[in-house]
Amino acid sequence: MFKPVPRSDSPMRNRTSLPAWVKPVLPWLGVSLFMGAFFFYPIAHILWMGLNPASITSIDRSSVNLAIRSLLTSFYQAGLSTLLTLALGLPTAFLFSHYAFKGKLFLRALTAIPFMLPTVVVAAGFNALLGPRGWVNLGLMDLFHLQNAPITFVGTFGAILMAHVFYNTTIVIRLVGNTLSRLDPRTEQAAQTLGSNPWQVLRHVTLPLLRPSILAASLLVFIFDFTSFGVILLLGKPGFSTLEVEIYRQAIQMFNLPLAGLLSLIQLLCTLVFSILYSRILRRDPVTSAPRSAQENIRKAQTVLQKIILSVLVVFLLAFFLLPLISLPVRSITRLEADRGARDQVRTGFTGDYYSELFINRRESLFYVPPFTAIAISTGYAALTVLLSLLIGFPVASALARPGRMERLLDPLLMLPLGASAVTLGLGFIVSFNRPPLALVNSPFLAPLAHTLIALPFVIRSLQPALASIPDPLRQAAAALGASPVRVWAAVDWPIVGRATLSAGVFAFTISLGEFGASSLVVRPEYPTMPIAIARFLSQPGGMNYGQAMAMATILMLVCGLGILLIERLRLPGTGEF
Amino acid sequence: MLELIDIHKSYEALPLLRGISFTVATGETVCLLGPSGSGKSTLLRIIAGLETCEKGQVCWEGEDLAAVPPHRRGFGLVFQDYALFPHLTVRENVTFGLRMQKMPVAQIDLRTTEILEMVDLTGFEDRRVTDLSGGEQQRVALARALAPNPRLLMFDEPLGALDRNLRDQLLNDLRRILHESGVPAIYVTHDQEEAFTLADRLLLLHDGCIVRSGTPEQVWGDPGTLWVAKFLDAGNIVPGIIRSDHPPYQVETAAGVLELDCTGEGVRDRREHAHLKGETVHLLVSRYGARREAHGTLSALVEDVTFHQDGFKVKLDCGLIFYFPDAPQVGEKLTLTIPRSAVKCLV
Repeated sequence: MFKPVPRSDSPMRNRTSLPAWVKPVLPWLGVSLFMGAFFFYPIAHILWMGLNPASITSIDRSSVNLAIRSLLTSFYQAGLSTLLTLALGLPTAFLFSHYAFKGKLFLRALTAIPFMLPTVVVAAGFNALLGPRGWVNLGLMDLFHLQNAPITFVGTFGAILMAHVFYNTTIVIRLVGNTLSRLDPRTEQAAQTLGSNPWQVLRHVTLPLLRPSILAASLLVFIFDFTSFGVILLLGKPGFSTLEVEIYRQAIQMFNLPLAGLLSLIQLLCTLVFSILYSRILRRDPVTSAPRSAQENIRKAQTVLQKIILSVLVVFLLAFFLLPLISLPVRSITRLEADRGARDQVRTGFTGDYYSELFINRRESLFYVPPFTAIAISTGYAALTVLLSLLIGFPVASALARPGRMERLLDPLLMLPLGASAVTLGLGFIVSFNRPPLALVNSPFLAPLAHTLIALPFVIRSLQPALASIPDPLRQAAAALGASPVRVWAAVDWPIVGRATLSAGVFAFTISLGEFGASSLVVRPEYPTMPIAIARFLSQPGGMNYGQAMAMATILMLVCGLGILLIERLRLPGTGEF
Repeated sequence: MLELIDIHKSYEALPLLRGISFTVATGETVCLLGPSGSGKSTLLRIIAGLETCEKGQVCWEGEDLAAVPPHRRGFGLVFQDYALFPHLTVRENVTFGLRMQKMPVAQIDLRTTEILEMVDLTGFEDRRVTDLSGGEQQRVALARALAPNPRLLMFDEPLGALDRNLRDQLLNDLRRILHESGVPAIYVTHDQEEAFTLADRLLLLHDGCIVRSGTPEQVWGDPGTLWVAKFLDAGNIVPGIIRSDHPPYQVETAAGVLELDCTGEGVRDRREHAHLKGETVHLLVSRYGARREAHGTLSALVEDVTFHQDGFKVKLDCGLIFYFPDAPQVGEKLTLTIPRSAVKCLV
């Protein structure tokens, strides 16, 4: 009756299996090779470019001045953007965590959308609302019979700030709002009974308890603003250059690669310092109050003053977050100007021209190909990115789900690409892969490789918790009930893993579709992606170019919006905060 | 003196408090006893000013407090689960109220030392409150509420989360501290043992009304209503029918005939104490009241005997439970006398 079960440590098995040290290394093989070649090598290249004796001696006074100026500009705009984001985010976080009102779920979702949208879409959205050919300006011109657009928005510092607030408010809402909704209301009431007036309660109790999350949110917002590229390039005024924009300009327009390398080096150092600070804030012993249900803090506005303040804030939030998102698609199907060569006859009405024009390869076109091809190229790149990032990410995420010493050691390294700015990565790519063995600059594959690198941390981070969430007892229970290993995998692992894989894949897809910073350096003119095409359309004069930018940005927005929706649907409960 | 006049409050359209009125005199400890969900905590929050009532008044020394915000009332409140400030040390928690009063630093230090000594936490000044045990946190909460010399101290189930031994110990400390400080106090609990230990006066809350009030011994000795007797588990509750016209009434019950004397001092008006022949009543029979006598009026078989503290808990086949100093045999037939003083009627 008794049948000996072959055990894994039996000599028979040992002879055929690999040496013991190989097994833990195996899942890391792909990612090490990939990150070594496409992250560490290009970064090292930039370091060398900025620090080698020849380039150091070539730095003159004017380049030092330029570096200092763009560094200060970066700090200035990021600091101001962060302050404004807090100014909107904190009251909104308070609103969401403390008040019940109609449409709250919708408003919450609405404020979260911009964060996931490509920068070009946001830039196009603000352009459609407040740009020279946007709704507000055309409306005012029509109303008051003006010749020129009365409001100058695109190309101002204010536009940058506004877009950054639009982007990042959700970070403050989520991080601070989470803490706020979990605060024990009785802590504040205790302070009241001890003689604190409302102002003292805020100063001595609420704010100190919120401080870690406010700090974390501010720093995260600051990092995003500091490394912002697309918004500043597309909405800022021409001379306005932060580090990130200056790197691009020096590399692409001035062909001054050593200076671009030096600027990248400064950028890398800055983001490294910020990231260290951020992880220290997160690690700092969080103030633990008794876990509360978030529902306990929710109340309805009672006094008239509360009702007024609440309504004003809700209306403002709705307008601020909804108008740019609506202006774009509506503008893409509305003709609001005269035809070519017919300056005076302004025609208004719905039109499908902007879309049909995307399929036509005009002689004076900005591209060698019909603009529609950009959609095909983007889709192809995105598909490649999904494939590559899943292939590389899956083994790593599985290893990380059951972390050993190796995993704990290597885990932080995986997140490094998050810290490096996209433009720096792009620069690294074009300086590193312009000669054999990896002469990729002229191939169409550089962009999907860059996208994979950017998407990889997100893919790993969305797979890992799902893989880790499968409890071993569940597998053992299934096995004990008589399921074969294959059936165990099909019954227990697959439903969870499949969902997570789909979610990670969609994540990678939308990241690749919308990526702008690295793409603007590595994408070949004859293989434009959608964001690149939109940016080019926006920078060209003429109503038709503008309309095509709107049309393509709308397509991109819809696809990304669909992606966001899918990811939200697939999200496991309790995962996916920053 | 705190005076509540006809407090009404509803929760989600259901009445929670329906006309609560009572006073708390200087130096008095009043315990509000009631099952969970009876609105005890809400009442405290109304007194503290953290919630508003729909009708009624909260007065202090005759002054209506409706327009006085919580931070100006000078009422201390000790919360269930303590609600300590997690970002502050023990000292910072305790001195919070003093700092709000802008008390000079030297005086704050003096008061802190005094208070921490009182709650037996000397040496804990610089510990983080999140590192303390439940009992220690409880003491900090008490010290924090006591430090600013409140005019009234309120406790909302403050010992609910602690284990029994710790609770007994803290209860005694609390009794001592309330005595020493002389602060009038309202103590809310669902635990009658806590209430009996602390209360100068007991108020029982049921269905939004105060259904019984008095000293602990008055309430225990004569609960008055069926609900109070059941809630306190004050003795055997026996339904019966009155078989005579005048007191002492002969009451026929399933266990036998009991005598009921409704002429003594009772909860209710003497007039209501008159019973009619044939009337159905509920009797409360003290578990300590039965005597084993050969010529007893009640006879029953012993169904179960368990050891209980200093004696034995004996369950009889007629459903009654009595405590006896000696253990009878299971199955033994007992004849018992129940004196009139051990029988009360309930409504």
